[in-house]
Parts: sequence; structure tokens; C-alpha cells
Amino acid sequence: MNAPLPAQGLIAATPLTETSFSVPGMRCAACISKLETGLPRTAGIVSARVNLTAKRVAIAHLPALTPPELQAAIAGLGFEAQPLGQALASDTADDSRELLRAMAVAGFAAMNVMLLSVSVWSGATGATRELFHWLSAMIALPAVAYAGRPFFKSAWAALRSGHTNMDVPISIGVVLACALSLFETITGGAHAYFDSAVMLLFFLLTGRWLDSVMRDRARDGVSALLRNTAPGALVGDAEGRTHWCAAAALQPGMVMHVAAGERLAADGVVLDGASQFDRSLLTGESVPVPVALGALVHAGTLNLTAPVRVQVTAAGADTAIADIARLMEQAGQSKSRYVRIADRAARAYAPAVHTLALLSLVGWMIAGAGWHGALLIAISVLIITCPCALGLAVPVAQIVAAGALMRAGVLVKDGSALERLADADAAVFDKTGTLTLGRPEPLNLDVLTPTQKSVALALAQSSRHPLSEALRRSLTAGGVTPATLTDITETPGTGVSARCGDASVTLGRPEAIAAGLACALTVGDAPPVMLDFADALRPGAAAAVAQLAALGLPGSILSGDNVTGVAIVAAELALPAQAAMLPQDKLDAIGVLAANGAKVLMVGDGLNDGPALAAGYVSMAPASASDAGQNAADAVFLGDSLLPVATAVRVARATQRIVRQNFALAIGYNVIAVPLAIAGLVTPLIAALAMSGSSVLVIGNALRLRNAALPK
Amino acid sequence: MNGLVFLIPVALLLGLGGLAAFFWSLRSGQFDDLDGAAARILIEDEDAD
Repeated sequence: MNAPLPAQGLIAATPLTETSFSVPGMRCAACISKLETGLPRTAGIVSARVNLTAKRVAIAHLPALTPPELQAAIAGLGFEAQPLGQALASDTADDSRELLRAMAVAGFAAMNVMLLSVSVWSGATGATRELFHWLSAMIALPAVAYAGRPFFKSAWAALRSGHTNMDVPISIGVVLACALSLFETITGGAHAYFDSAVMLLFFLLTGRWLDSVMRDRARDGVSALLRNTAPGALVGDAEGRTHWCAAAALQPGMVMHVAAGERLAADGVVLDGASQFDRSLLTGESVPVPVALGALVHAGTLNLTAPVRVQVTAAGADTAIADIARLMEQAGQSKSRYVRIADRAARAYAPAVHTLALLSLVGWMIAGAGWHGALLIAISVLIITCPCALGLAVPVAQIVAAGALMRAGVLVKDGSALERLADADAAVFDKTGTLTLGRPEPLNLDVLTPTQKSVALALAQSSRHPLSEALRRSLTAGGVTPATLTDITETPGTGVSARCGDASVTLGRPEAIAAGLACALTVGDAPPVMLDFADALRPGAAAAVAQLAALGLPGSILSGDNVTGVAIVAAELALPAQAAMLPQDKLDAIGVLAANGAKVLMVGDGLNDGPALAAGYVSMAPASASDAGQNAADAVFLGDSLLPVATAVRVARATQRIVRQNFALAIGYNVIAVPLAIAGLVTPLIAALAMSGSSVLVIGNALRLRNAALPK
Repeated sequence: MNGLVFLIPVALLLGLGGLAAFFWSLRSGQFDDLDGAAARILIEDEDAD
């Protein structure tokens, strides 16, 4: 279609490398064509292919091009991009793909078998009925063998480890229904249940597939937001030449050249240069730290102001980041022990159903119905109780709720997260970046004249210091246009200076010591104007905390920041707080709460919160959170406001209510249908009607959650 | 009743054809980027020469 043609000659000559980038900013057709036609104009890039759904671009290029060069090429077209690691770049939607195929096969079989069954029900007899039964068998048996695999596999795995799940009654029901129908077909009997078996599989696969699509979509959304640690570094050798070296290949002793604005790929010691580092990924603290000769710097931290050379002391699995990742992995294991509500229901349901079937077999034998008749009735009990509505009850409600939450700005990673969110009864917040925005915001922009504003914006644009970024963001949002400047120079640790017409202008460190974060703007000979900054509370923070408390989740703060900083926020939100906590301390504090029986909702963002996020009963992170934070959290909320946290809990509870109603509907249906089956009154026609009727009812009930996330 | 001899195989073959077409489209990646496919029809072929 519109895919640009690759340059044929290049393809033949050299083997190409393909690198994938996440480009969260693309939204429309214009963005696609800009990237796909624009990127191949860069020398070395052969073709680019955009996936708008996943917000990714795959670039085929010559091996000589490094990820930062490609990133710069994308930036040149006006998009921010992050390289995707191999694990993320490969398409992980295989599970859904497999389920979709099984669903298509089951759907095809269900339609055709139903077509034949309807003619049997409307009165076909004799040879015609036998022919139709044989045709049904020929369609249904291969279809069941193919489409039933997800259930058979999971049921077998559950049985082998000695417990039961929802798939055990499903598998037994389907297999017995097919076996009985085949027997009936061979002996020329009146009733075959092939239609019930394939329809059951079709409905259940629909539920499974919805569940899996929900997981994929949330994962795509989250991975599009991920900000990787540096995928590598520019490494210098003895003769002063530099080459690109991937993070995995870095060795202690190598010397990395780290430009301003680049993230470190390994731990190390500064050899020369002086700069400021943003360590927020590690500590959660956004105020930059000055580093000079001999300072120890960690992987994942961001070099802000000046280029430095860093000698690697630890790389890969030995870095401080990797330590925290290991802590997280251990903490996350408790979560995998959570049993989903459907499986809990199945633990009670499966034995009950199987006992009932067995009892009706024995009962009819005693009543003198004979082997054949008694078995027929026992199997029809199994078919009628097959948890069709039960299998749909949970996934349909959860995917409708997840869709509603997605529109409200919350990405929930899977259904079990929704279930756990509904159960939470305590909330623990991190401070920096979670209750607060995690970035400095200018407080007194009003003191500037319009000219000063446009000069300030022009100066702020040329620096990557966090205060400059904050200034740029606020001024751009205020509709200010930058002034034209010449001779822009940035002095690390001091500020940016330039010429505007005849006047010299500077934006930088104030000469007088300021109380908090501040910078000074000087235009010409006028006295400098002081601009104050502070890390403001998220909008809606107080309201969210109050709403959570009203929902029965009293909050508290666990922060790695110092006592004074935490006290201000704690007082403002009236929350109890603990300060100066290391990642291990936070983990222990959550452990103590959990040991006392609390189900903790952990809300945090930094890498230092990672272990606590993994250990919490359920956890949420803002979209501004670190890579590790988002990975560990069960849900991610977008935007600045903290209110989505309360919304998510409210919707999760509403979902749980609907799920329980659906269970009640499914059980109510069984209460009516099972006595009929035990009495031997259920024909394949009644089974088919009951099954589809209860499924439609359950889906309709779940659709009521569509607007659950709307503000009341 | 003789019509059945033709009609049933025809119905089954049509159904199988649809199933095969769906599998083919799934395998050839037509469902990989649904939003992108919707947007791409709006792109003008500038270099259609």
C-alpha cells in the first residue's frame, strides 16, 4: 500500500539490522507518513514500518548506525522515541493469536453443527438423522480436538499438581459429551450433543480470548511508556577513538563518554568533567546532585549538564539497579500465589457437579434404568452444568471494566489485578513522584513581564537542567513564544547565557542563597529576577486520599526522602508518614502490614519503590514512574492527577459486584436446569437453549460496567 | 432430499473457505495494526510516479 519501497541495491549488498523504537507521540496518518517517508532519507536507514496500534516503529538499517543515531533521526522528525529491548520488541501477542485461532475453529464448527442439529430437532428421522449425526461428528470431533487444547492442557496441568480449576469440569464435560454422542451416532440413537460441546467451547474461548486481549493491550500501553535505562554507551579506547558498546557488553575498566542528557548504562567512577546528575530513578529524589572527579555514579542515572568520562566499575547484573531488580523479583513471588476468583469458585463447583452426576448415575441404576439410560442422564447432567456462563462471568465483566478504566486513564495489567484492587483495605503512598509531581514547578511566573517570559523560554529551551525543563513546560503551556537569541552558551553548574539584541541575558544559579529551589533571570543591566520552584502536590491528591479513606482504605506515607520534606506533605494531606526509608525498609514495612492482615494498595513510582510495589497486595504507579516501577505495578495511571487511583478502586469494587451477580445468575440457572437434567428431561435442544440463554444474560449484565469509571 | 447431496458439501466448503481466509489474514499480519490500517487510507501517495 503506502509502505515505502526499500532501496533494492542496498538490501542485496549488506545484511540489515532491525531496531524497534517506541514512539508514544504518534497519533494519526500524517505521523505515519512522516516517519515512513522521512526516516529512509537519513543515510543508512533503508526502510521504516510503523505500527500505530502498538505505537512502534521498526527501522531496517545498516549495522553501522547506533541506536542513539536512529533516535536522533526520529527526533529530527519531531518525535520522541525510546529504543525497545529485544524482549519487548518481539511480538508477545502469541497467546491471544492461538486463542483466536481456536475460537475461529470452534465458531465455524458451532455454526455448521447447529445448522445440522436444527434440522434434526425439527423432525428429521431415520437415515437423514443418522447422516446428519455422522456429519456433525466429522465436523465436531476434529474441531474439539483443536479448539479444546487450551482447556485440556490447563486441566491436565491442574490435575497433575493435585488440585482442580475451572478447566477440569469443562474438559470432562466436553470429552464425555463427545464420547457419548459418538456412541449414540454409531448405535443410531436419537440424541447427539455435538452442538452443545462445540458451542460450549466457542463461548468459553471467547471469554478466554477477551481476557488475553485485555492483558496484551495493557502491556502494549505500558511498554509504550517505558523509558529504558541506556541501551549502551560510547566507549573510548587508549588511542582516544570511540565506538558504541551495548550495555550487555560493557566490562569493568572500560571508559564511557557520557554526553549531557544521556543515561548511564553501568555503575562507575567519574574520571574527568563535572556535571549534575538526576538520580530520581534510584532514589525518587528529583533535585539534581553535583558530581565531580572521583564521584561514584550509578547505572540509570541521568547526566544533566556537561559531558563526563566515567570508568566502569560494575556492569550488567552487578549494578545497583540489578540488585533492586533481584529484590523485586523475590518480593513479587507472593503475588503469584493469589488464586483468581473463578478458580476459587471452581474448587467448590467442580466436586459438587461431579458428585451430582455420579449420584444421578447410581440413582437411575438403582431405579432400574439400565446402563445406557443411566449413563445418558449422568452425562446430560455434566453437560448442563458445564460452567459456560461461569466461564464468561468473570472475563466479560473484567474486560468491560478495564475498557472503562482505560478511557478514564488507568491501564490495568490483568484481571487478577482488578480482583485484588477490589479487596484492598489499606493504602500506602510514596511521596516524591507519587503524591507530588516529582518535578519542580515554577511558583511565581507572574512576576515576569512578557518580554522577560519570552527571553526566559528561549534560554530554558537550550538547557536540559530540570529547572529549565520545568520553566519551558510552564511557559509553553502559557502560550509564550521564545525570543530570538544569539551566542547561547551553557556553563555547567552556573547557567545559560546569551545575547538578545544588544543586551546580554542569563538564566542560572542565583548569587544569593535561596531557601528552596530557585534560579535567577537577568536581562541586560536590570537586577536579576528570582524564580522559585517547588515539587508541588499532584492535583487531586487531597481528594484522592479522602476518597480512598471513605472507601475504607486509610492511607500512610513511606518515603525515602528526608524528614522535613516528608513532614510538609504529610501535614498537608493529614497522613501518618515514615521518612528516610531504604527500598528494603519499605519492603519490610509492607511485610509488617501484611502480617497484620492488611491488604495493602501500594502506590509508588521510583525504582526504590519497586520491591514495595511488587510486595504490595496490589500496586499502582503513575505513567511518569520509572521503568521498573511500571513493570512491578499492577496498574498504571496516566496524567498528573491522583484521582484515577480512587476511581480504579471504585470500578474494581463495582466489577466485583457484577461478577458476584453473574455467579448468582449462573447458579440460579443451574438450580433450574439440574433438576430437569437429573429427571432425564434434558434433550440436546434444551441444553443448547439453556447454554446460550445464560451466556447472553451474563454478558448483558457485564455490559452495565461500561460507564463505571465516569465521575458520579 | 437429493438437493442435500449438493447443498451440504457446498455449505461446508463455503464455511471452510471462510475459515481458511481468516487464518490466512491472521498469519499475513492483517490484524497486527488495526488503528494503523484505518489511518493509512488517509495517506496521500506523494511519490506516485
